[in-house]
Amino acid sequence: MIAAILSLTLLGAVLGAVLGVANKFLHVESSALAGELIEMMPGSNCGQCGFPGCSGAAAAIADGTASPACCPAGGKTLAAQLAAKLGVAVDLSGLSGEGPKIATVAEELCIGCCRCGKVCPTDAILGAARQIHDVLREACTGCASCVEKCPTGALVMRPVPVTLQHWVMPKPLAA
Amino acid sequence: MKFMKLFRRLKGIGWGVHPADHKRPAADAPVRAMPVSARLYLPLQQHLGGPARPVVLVGQKVRKGELLAEAQGAVSAPVHAPTSGVVVAVTEVAAPHPSGLTLPAIILEADGLDEWTELRGCDAPFALSAAEIGRRVAAAGVVGLGGAAFPSAVKLVGAARARVAALVINGGECEPYLSCDDRLMRDSAPAIVDGIRLMLRATGAGRALVGIEDNKPEAIAAMRAAVAGIGAVRIHAVPARYPMGSEKQLIQVLTGIEVPADGRPADIGVIVHNVGTALAVRAAVREGKPLISRLLTVNGRCANRPGNIEVRIGTLAEEVIAFAGGLKGDGLGLARRVIGGPMMGVQIPHWRVPVVKGTSGILALDATEVDGIAGRETAPCIRCGSCVKACPMGLLPLEMSARIRNGAFAEAIPFGLKDCIACGCCAYVCPSHIPLVQYFAHAKGELAGQERDRLRAEATKKMARQRQERVEREAREKAEAAARRKAGRAAAAGKQGEPACFNPRPD
Amino acid sequence: MSEFILLLLSTALVNNVVLIKFLGLCPVMGVSKSIDSALGMGMATTFVITLAAGASWMLDNWLLAPLGLGYLRILTFILVIAAVVQFTEMFVKKASPGLYGSLGIYLPLITTNCAVLGVALINVEQKFSLFKSLLYGFGSALGFAVVLLIFAGLRERVALARVPAAFAGAPVAFIAISLLALSFMGFSGLNV
Repeated sequence: MIAAILSLTLLGAVLGAVLGVANKFLHVESSALAGELIEMMPGSNCGQCGFPGCSGAAAAIADGTASPACCPAGGKTLAAQLAAKLGVAVDLSGLSGEGPKIATVAEELCIGCCRCGKVCPTDAILGAARQIHDVLREACTGCASCVEKCPTGALVMRPVPVTLQHWVMPKPLAA
Repeated sequence: MKFMKLFRRLKGIGWGVHPADHKRPAADAPVRAMPVSARLYLPLQQHLGGPARPVVLVGQKVRKGELLAEAQGAVSAPVHAPTSGVVVAVTEVAAPHPSGLTLPAIILEADGLDEWTELRGCDAPFALSAAEIGRRVAAAGVVGLGGAAFPSAVKLVGAARARVAALVINGGECEPYLSCDDRLMRDSAPAIVDGIRLMLRATGAGRALVGIEDNKPEAIAAMRAAVAGIGAVRIHAVPARYPMGSEKQLIQVLTGIEVPADGRPADIGVIVHNVGTALAVRAAVREGKPLISRLLTVNGRCANRPGNIEVRIGTLAEEVIAFAGGLKGDGLGLARRVIGGPMMGVQIPHWRVPVVKGTSGILALDATEVDGIAGRETAPCIRCGSCVKACPMGLLPLEMSARIRNGAFAEAIPFGLKDCIACGCCAYVCPSHIPLVQYFAHAKGELAGQERDRLRAEATKKMARQRQERVEREAREKAEAAARRKAGRAAAAGKQGEPACFNPRPD
Repeated sequence: MSEFILLLLSTALVNNVVLIKFLGLCPVMGVSKSIDSALGMGMATTFVITLAAGASWMLDNWLLAPLGLGYLRILTFILVIAAVVQFTEMFVKKASPGLYGSLGIYLPLITTNCAVLGVALINVEQKFSLFKSLLYGFGSALGFAVVLLIFAGLRERVALARVPAAFAGAPVAFIAISLLALSFMGFSGLNV
């Protein structure tokens, strides 16, 4: 009985000590991964994911507390890249439901208050005070930060129209 | 080495397919010129590259050959008025494209006079410098008339810069049903040869090799007669095998050199132009005429009178068919509308699309013809390897399609997806009737979309960074300005002893 | 010498730990989607099994047997295996973060991989010497890695095939591995 207790305790102590030493030598900075993920994020800090900025989201994704598909601005492509980087499978179906959206200004409602332009993370909204504003289609990331700021509801998110440049031949129906 | 060459010659060409060509009787019927339609629809992007930018206003009167839209960007081509008339709208029209989407376009209403604008020709074009020929070709809006519609001037100037040794002229016309190049070579061989010599002058190449498939003996004879006494231009009869008219295949057959997988013909000192392009180059340089019309083939079993028709750019396909003789049985037996050839052309949902510079044919196919080409019931892949043998680029279509079907587009790239020329040989020979080309087109589109997304993400990052810098700079400037004001106020207060109140809105 | 080679062959092929003894099926099904991760898993498991076989022999012969504590065998073996796996995990995380990511949960799960414990227990039962135990452990691990690699290759091909919807995924993988097991039965004809 005593021998059993002693030998097990000894065994545990020795193995624990070995692992403790090994941990010292083989320690990996886990923040390196988060740093690489931050590089991959859009960097516009739009906050749509619910985290404080892209670095917060990257840290959460690196920890595994957030899904790689949590970034609406990055869309399907970013989610796939992040998943590949982390070596995890990710459900992209939630993102593929609807295509990317961008903000558009309803001219008849815009009062030219300039509030939207101040929050746009990519400076995609043009317009002087008391002039109708407009959104640069190429610069808008679809983060929707401006929609909440608009006092008249003139800013709406609309799907990006499909043009000949964006059209993709549909996949053949499997027989 | 010699022995291997002989062996290859004896073995013949392994790649490609040999579909029934259906070129006659359309090829033997004389060319008909179509009168100008009441309205012409001129898309601003009839070429590869950036769309042209309109330089006319709605309501403006233009004369035939006048510039309507100028080239925009490094790879682009201008659009000219095919007849005299009034610009009635700058709007969107249906594109000759399977998606049925629209393209920005200028709509021109013909006034019936069809009067030319002033043309700046040149009687002694061989005295012009290479760069000047390139400029004239660019100004005339000439694009590759074989189908790809790449701006010709860009190719000529690039070739001159790359110092190409040989010019390959494509008279292959390997697509079944089409015979417009055949007709051009039979009817205007001397003019084509003149155009080829102008191209030689523009590129600085020493020799031109004209490849014509051996199923066009009349064209070969006419071209041979036209080059008699001109040493730099050689006519070669090449075996009739699809896709002989694809540039990489034609180069290999004519010169024996293979274009590397990720390279362009200019890398091995060759460029390829179509015979129709040669004719357009001649018109542009000698007569100063822009590209405003082209020869195209109307064919297919549904067409009443197949033949080749000279059509103004911008004419609706509907009107071309009506002029050609209409459809049999009012189009009741029509199974498929195709713009271009049956192998690589695009299927369109309706006939109300305009003829553009790259339109080589309008085909009205009936059910029996469609069954012979595509549209059959698909069965699982039996890994027979027919597609591998048929692929002119030496790719593995069965491996690529299996991966694309699973959505693994990037995994198809090592098997050659990026080298696929979408010729359709694999789908043609597939005993299981798998729509392989559609798989490849789908994957290429998806990969291009991913690349676009990636570039966009990078641009977003840059914009966000720039905004951050701007915000910081503004805050700094504001702080500095406030500090200056404060110092000024203190100085003023010290001097006059009264409170400074000239800034009613300190922020 | 030939005795050792025969031992290696017989453990790796004839008495294959996965396909004949049916040990360690969990990682074989779980980490065989791509050849790359299968190779990593195979190497990690080879490392763990060989090390665990040696450590458990020492533990059994130098501690448990002299003190008459045979009843603690499974308990102590699991302790040793867990420690070895922890060490391996740290090592892989340091040496190859990509592999660490792709192995994911299956790396710590080597702890409960019955092949590891099975090999250690069989070693004791057969009363091998230390060197033979190591060889037996390495041979078994080699067999495990070979099967994992072959099966991953099969699954990469099967993933491209058109499988009826009801069979897609795990069911067709089970069919494939059973066919592989049948083919490994052919080795039992080897007279070793």
